[in-house]
Amino acid sequence: MVSFITNLINGLSLGSIYAIIAIGYTMVYGIAKMLNFAHGDVIMVGAFAAYTIISTMGLPTPVGILAAIVCCTLLGIAIEKIAYRPLRNAGSPLAVLITAIGVSYFLQNGAMLIFGSDTKMFSSVVPLQTLSVGPFLIPGTTIVSILTSVILVSVLQIFINKTRPGQAMLACAQDRAAASLMGISVNNTITLTFAIGSAMAAVAGVLLCSAYPALSPTTGAMPGIKAFVAAVFGGIGSVPGAMVGGLLLGVIEILSRAYISTQLSDAIVFAVLIVVLLVKPTGLFGKVIQEKV
Amino acid sequence: MALLKVTELSVNYGVIPALRGVSFEVNEGEIIALIGANGAGKTTTLHTVTGLIPSAAGRIEFMGKDITKVPAHKIVSMGMAHVPEGRHVFPDMTVYQNLLLGAYTVKEAGKRDSILKEVYEHFPRLKERERQLAGTLSGGEQQMLAMGRALMSDPRIILMDEPSMGLSPIYVNEIFSIIEKVSKAGKTVLLVEQNARKALTIADRAYVLETGKITMEGAADDLLHDDSIRKAYLGE
Repeated sequence: MVSFITNLINGLSLGSIYAIIAIGYTMVYGIAKMLNFAHGDVIMVGAFAAYTIISTMGLPTPVGILAAIVCCTLLGIAIEKIAYRPLRNAGSPLAVLITAIGVSYFLQNGAMLIFGSDTKMFSSVVPLQTLSVGPFLIPGTTIVSILTSVILVSVLQIFINKTRPGQAMLACAQDRAAASLMGISVNNTITLTFAIGSAMAAVAGVLLCSAYPALSPTTGAMPGIKAFVAAVFGGIGSVPGAMVGGLLLGVIEILSRAYISTQLSDAIVFAVLIVVLLVKPTGLFGKVIQEKV
Repeated sequence: MALLKVTELSVNYGVIPALRGVSFEVNEGEIIALIGANGAGKTTTLHTVTGLIPSAAGRIEFMGKDITKVPAHKIVSMGMAHVPEGRHVFPDMTVYQNLLLGAYTVKEAGKRDSILKEVYEHFPRLKERERQLAGTLSGGEQQMLAMGRALMSDPRIILMDEPSMGLSPIYVNEIFSIIEKVSKAGKTVLLVEQNARKALTIADRAYVLETGKITMEGAADDLLHDDSIRKAYLGE
C-alpha cells in the first residue's frame, strides 16, 4: 500500500509536468488549429537555457529559470512568425504540420550543434530536500512539480476567462472570422498563444530535467509526444482536458512501470489512448464537432 | 460626402472573377439594400468592404478615408460593424459574453454599459437569455444576438448579410422591424438580402447585383414597382 501511494504521487508529479506541456499543445491547437510538433523541443531549449545559465555560467538558479522562460517565449513567437504564419492561409493544413516537424528537427539539430550530442547532467533547480510524511518519502521535485502545475493552470484559467486577451483567445478558438469582425487581431492572438504555451514549456523543461536530470538534444521529443497524447486523451482544444489527461497519463505510466513492465510502460500508455479514443473519440473533455450542413 | 463609397471594386477567387467593377455609395442615415441572386457577389462585396478578403482592384472609402487595404480587425474601431451571413455567434459563450466581445474595441466600461443597455432595449429577448449559451439559442435569437453584438461596437454603419435567412416568417418580420428601429436610432445600414421584397420595403435606395456587376440602381420604391425586378426577384 505504501509503495502504491508513493508510486501514485510520483505519477502525479510526472503527470503534472505532462499537463503543463499538454496545455501548450492544446491551446495552440484550439486557437491556431494546428499541431505544433516542435512543442516538445521547446522544452529541451528551455532546459538547455537553464543549464547554460546555472551550470555553465554559474549564475543563481532563479536567473536560470527566468532566462529559460524568456528564451522559450521569444523562441515560440519566432517560430510562429517565421515558420507558421506565412502558411496560415495555405490550402492544405498538411503544409503547416510538415513545417512543424521540420522546426522540431531544426531545434534538435541546432542544439546538437551548439551543445553536442552527449548527455549533460542537469542539476535540480529545486532546493527542497526529500520530505518524509509518515511512511512516505516525497522528493522535493515532486511537490514543486505538482504545486507549479496547479498554480500555472489556475492563473491560466483566470487569464483566459477574465481578461480581454483571454476572451480574444476564446473567440479566435470558436470562430476566427467572427473574432476579426469584433476587432480582434487573429494574428496577434495566435502569437500570444504561442508565447504563453512556450513559456509554460520552459517551466516544464526545467521541472522535467530536475526530476530526470539527463539532458540531451532529444530530451524533449518523448515528453512532447506524451503530452500530445495527454492532450488528445483529455480532448484536444480543452485546457482542463489537457490537465486531467496529463495527470492520468503520468499516473498510468508510473504505475505500469512499477507493476507491469518498465519496457512496456510506454506501450501501455499508447494502448490506453487507443482504447479511450475507441470509446470516446473526442477524448475525455472533448466536444463533439458538429458538421455544419 | 458619402459615408461609404465603393469604386470599381473587383475581387477574384483564384482565376474566377467574383466582382467586376462594382461601384456604390451609402450616405449617412440611409438604409441601402443590395439585392441579387445566389452567387451574384453580395456576400463577397460585404466581405471585401470589411477587409475579410482582399480586392484585386478598386477603392473603398469610409468617412473619406481609403480603407481598401485595412485589415478587418482595424475597420471595426473606425465605426463599421458587420453581421455575417450565418450569424457566426460564439456558440460556447453566453449571450452576455458574446455581446461583450462585440464591444471589444470599446475601451471605457461606462460607455460599454450604456451601449449594452441600448442593445437590450432593441432586443429584450437577449436580456432574458443573458446567461444562456449562444449555441443553444434558436436561429432567430442567434440572428438578434449577431445584430446586437455588432451594435455593441457603436458603429456608424452596420453591414448585414442575409439577416432573414432560414428564419420563420414571424422572426423575419421581427428582424426587419428591428433593422428599421436601428436605422431610426441613427445607424446607417447596408443590407444584403435575398428576400428582395422585404429589403426594398424598408430600404431608401437599392442596388441590384448580377454575376459580379451592378445592373440596376435607384430608389427602393421605384425598384419595387419595376417590371424586370418584379419578374426576376419578387416572383411575380
